[in-house]
Amino acid sequence: MVDLAPHTATSPWFKDNARTALADAELQNALKFVEANFIARRREVAGQLPEFELLRDSARDIRDHTLAHLDLYLAAYEKRVVEHGGHVHYAVTGEDAQRIVLGICRKLGARTVTKGKSMVAEEIGLNDFLEAHGVIPVETDLGEYIVQLRQEMPSHIIAPAVHLTKAQIESEFRRVHTHLPRDRNLAEPTSLLAEARAVLREKFLTADVGITGANFLVAETGTSVIVTNEGNGDLTQTLPRAHIVLASIEKLVPTLEDLSQLLRVLARSATGQEMSVYTTLSTGPRRPDDPDGPAEYHVVLLDNGRSSMLGGAFRDMLRCIRCGACMNHCPIYHAVGGHAYGWVYSGPMGAVLTPSLIGIDRAGHLPNASTFCGRCEEVCPVRIPLPRMMRSWREREFEQHLSPATVRSGLAFWAFFAKRPRLYGIATAAAARLLGFVGRRWGRFAWLPLASGWTRHRDFPAPQGATFQAQWKSAERGRLARSYVSSAGGQSGKGTGGTDGRDRRAPGPPP
Amino acid sequence: MAEPMARRVGLFVTCLVDLIRPSVGFAAATLLEDAGCTVEVPPQSCCGQPAFNSGDRATAREIAAQVIVAFAPYDYVVAPSGSCAGMLKVHYPELFRGDPNWQPHADALAEKTYELVSFLVDVCGLDRVKARLEATATYHDSCSSLRELGVRDQPRRLLATVEGLRLAEMRDTEVCCGFGGTFCVKYPEISNAIVAKKAAAIAATGADLLLAGDLGCLMNMAGKLQRDGAKIEARHVAEVLAGMTHEPAIGVPPRRGAA
Amino acid sequence: MTPRQLILATIRRSLAVTGTEATRGLEVAARVIRHPPGVVPERGQRLPAERLDLFARMVKAAAGTVERAGDPTDIPAAVAAFLRAHNLPLAIRRGDDPLLSSVPWERAGTLEIRLGASDGNDLAAISHAFAAVAETGTLVLTSGPDNPTTLNFLPDVHIVVVSASDVVSDFETAMARLRGRFGAGVMPRAVNMITGPSRSADIEQTLILGAHGPRRLHVIVVGEP
Repeated sequence: MVDLAPHTATSPWFKDNARTALADAELQNALKFVEANFIARRREVAGQLPEFELLRDSARDIRDHTLAHLDLYLAAYEKRVVEHGGHVHYAVTGEDAQRIVLGICRKLGARTVTKGKSMVAEEIGLNDFLEAHGVIPVETDLGEYIVQLRQEMPSHIIAPAVHLTKAQIESEFRRVHTHLPRDRNLAEPTSLLAEARAVLREKFLTADVGITGANFLVAETGTSVIVTNEGNGDLTQTLPRAHIVLASIEKLVPTLEDLSQLLRVLARSATGQEMSVYTTLSTGPRRPDDPDGPAEYHVVLLDNGRSSMLGGAFRDMLRCIRCGACMNHCPIYHAVGGHAYGWVYSGPMGAVLTPSLIGIDRAGHLPNASTFCGRCEEVCPVRIPLPRMMRSWREREFEQHLSPATVRSGLAFWAFFAKRPRLYGIATAAAARLLGFVGRRWGRFAWLPLASGWTRHRDFPAPQGATFQAQWKSAERGRLARSYVSSAGGQSGKGTGGTDGRDRRAPGPPP
Repeated sequence: MAEPMARRVGLFVTCLVDLIRPSVGFAAATLLEDAGCTVEVPPQSCCGQPAFNSGDRATAREIAAQVIVAFAPYDYVVAPSGSCAGMLKVHYPELFRGDPNWQPHADALAEKTYELVSFLVDVCGLDRVKARLEATATYHDSCSSLRELGVRDQPRRLLATVEGLRLAEMRDTEVCCGFGGTFCVKYPEISNAIVAKKAAAIAATGADLLLAGDLGCLMNMAGKLQRDGAKIEARHVAEVLAGMTHEPAIGVPPRRGAA
Repeated sequence: MTPRQLILATIRRSLAVTGTEATRGLEVAARVIRHPPGVVPERGQRLPAERLDLFARMVKAAAGTVERAGDPTDIPAAVAAFLRAHNLPLAIRRGDDPLLSSVPWERAGTLEIRLGASDGNDLAAISHAFAAVAETGTLVLTSGPDNPTTLNFLPDVHIVVVSASDVVSDFETAMARLRGRFGAGVMPRAVNMITGPSRSADIEQTLILGAHGPRRLHVIVVGEP
């Protein structure tokens, strides 16, 4: 069983992971769907709501306000939960949360627990821990169920099995569901889904405890909110004897109205739906006259470093509502998928959050593997400045001397000249002349020393032969730029691409 | 009728243009002069992005301070590059936020800094160019231009007035080309995967000319296209708008013998 | 220090507050008491008749089906017709909901009515929604003996009756109604906001209905707004 505890994150080997991912044809096929579908759907649904941009501002402001008063909202929330008959447990670390959950399960004599999708549970490695202590967890979100069978991590925070093809899923079902007839037809996705529905229905009905995450916690009423399309979260929390909500502390929102604001941007940003099929507000255990529902309701509030993040450069990351829009739009995610990031959280939000949770020394590659194209920030429903935060991580790495020595020295070499423009001018003029001369024949380099990273996959253009600044300086005062013809162009007098008959004079040889 | 005062422009030529392809700088200067600006080029090295994006804030600030001082005399600072203009306009103020000595100057520089094409259209009011070029071109929106500076319509508007030029939009113009400064050498395989997709999108347009406003992106895409043996040429949009396409395209050797 | 104390203390240190500041306390209390509404889309702000049309459109867009009924006495026939149309046995489970209890079920003849929570052996169930939100075609159902929660999730087919006057414009109005019904800061065990039948797109992003919850959701809007 894959151990998802932080110390086994493979983030340090991001480059190897990426290489493997790039060579994985099935994964690359699956990723094409991510790029095509999620982006188009979000664009369409956002375009259909004129207030969408205002709602993003509102969502950001609500999250900021809540974070600025998190201590007070947590206390208010706790009070309401208890008033409704629920229990609140505080867990400082992942291990604390594991122990609390196990404690509740043991007290109830639980054998099997069903689970709705919870990234926090992945973060603390809950499944492995429970199994190791004799409690069997069964993932019920279809994507999570599939990756659980394959003993993999989810590769996307809302679409855990997005990296898999239908054929891979079929082969997994055949391998595991051995009680079903071998010759059954599983060619269609509908038959796969029907099989999963039947198998998991059994688990739902026999589970002793149900564990869900929470998309939001509402302080006003002591309510936990889950958002699903399948209804698995609801069956998880309604049928068993106890419902455990595992939520990190920053999930708080103040009121039901604030919740409404966030719900309007969540599904739209995540899957391009106006609303997910099931948005469920749960408050406390079953009431005396309830004919169904759990007899016990427990909320385990996990810190795991978030309380410290509040005071630092990465506070805005706590606004995240786990929609996945950022990774849906990320060119790096499109190229390598979620597993390459090596841990629970991938894409741009993973690049910013993971170093906070497992350390920049282990997760350093993640904020570095970005072109800062900015698409993530462009679509984030709560306007987290993700590229800026990735840059902040790079600053920390630089300060702590964590970047590779070659990179540091290369930068230092460049910086020496860049800080001295006149010296820079001399050095670049020499480089331009040399490379321009060497590259004249073919106009480009298929290989350059020190630039093999570039030339492995691309040609590098040869410089035109004299730097701009050198040529500009050597021109007579007041000569107009339009009469320029560079030496590398080699044209004397005539210009091609006829323009307006401007006068062209070839300059003298380069200085 | 009184002559309007000529706009005094300090040309931020950018390190890549300076070193690899000065013709872009001359094209930029031509366009600016034609639009009634005076163009000066103070001694310069770089905007400091490599240091900034590598986390070396101190070096970035040192270089930024140089730039701020060197370009103080001008009415406007114009760069033929969205990423460099973005660095000056968006990130210099960030670098000096809270610094009472430098913040006002960084803000002042940011205020007057523009990417070339958006300067021509939005500030100088340019609505057409006199250039002619028989070609089918496709235009790539560099990420900084698009998302930091809101440059999208301006180059297309001007390109539409280039006689003989047909613009064929590629799918996913707004998707990153995979250059990302140091990213392409730190994570070459991923960069390659991204630029391969971009190259496919470019090829699918049937265009014979690739244009963009950033030389880094262009070098990245042109380098890939050439390695793949594609017949598409790449130029900086300034070269086409200025009617200065006599230079060989990016990565193409100079023609032998005078015409 | 208890974990609770430790976490709250760390939060306060990070925020550079003591936790006893009057202004902060007032701000939090005020927001919870006043619960300001934020940005409410114009889309749902329709006159009642148009609101119902919008609601119906949104239900259909979410792969649900919807019909109008003049009054509750029409419900048995509508239910029977629906079950027949989908080749389902004429049996349906319901809770103690007063409206559903008052419906003349005998008019549907052979329709078997089962009462109470579901144990998973019902193919069809019928609930009466607390409210519905026109903005997105969402039904709001509350837990309890009137409309047991299991009826929303276990059966293959879920029929939901909502009074036309309970179809509101937006979420905020629905939340205000919940508050009005249950009291400030008080909620029933579960409020299910349901938009269409259960679905999954986890297999090659192909959208399929009927993941774990009902495969079909049918809404009967009763009466006039």
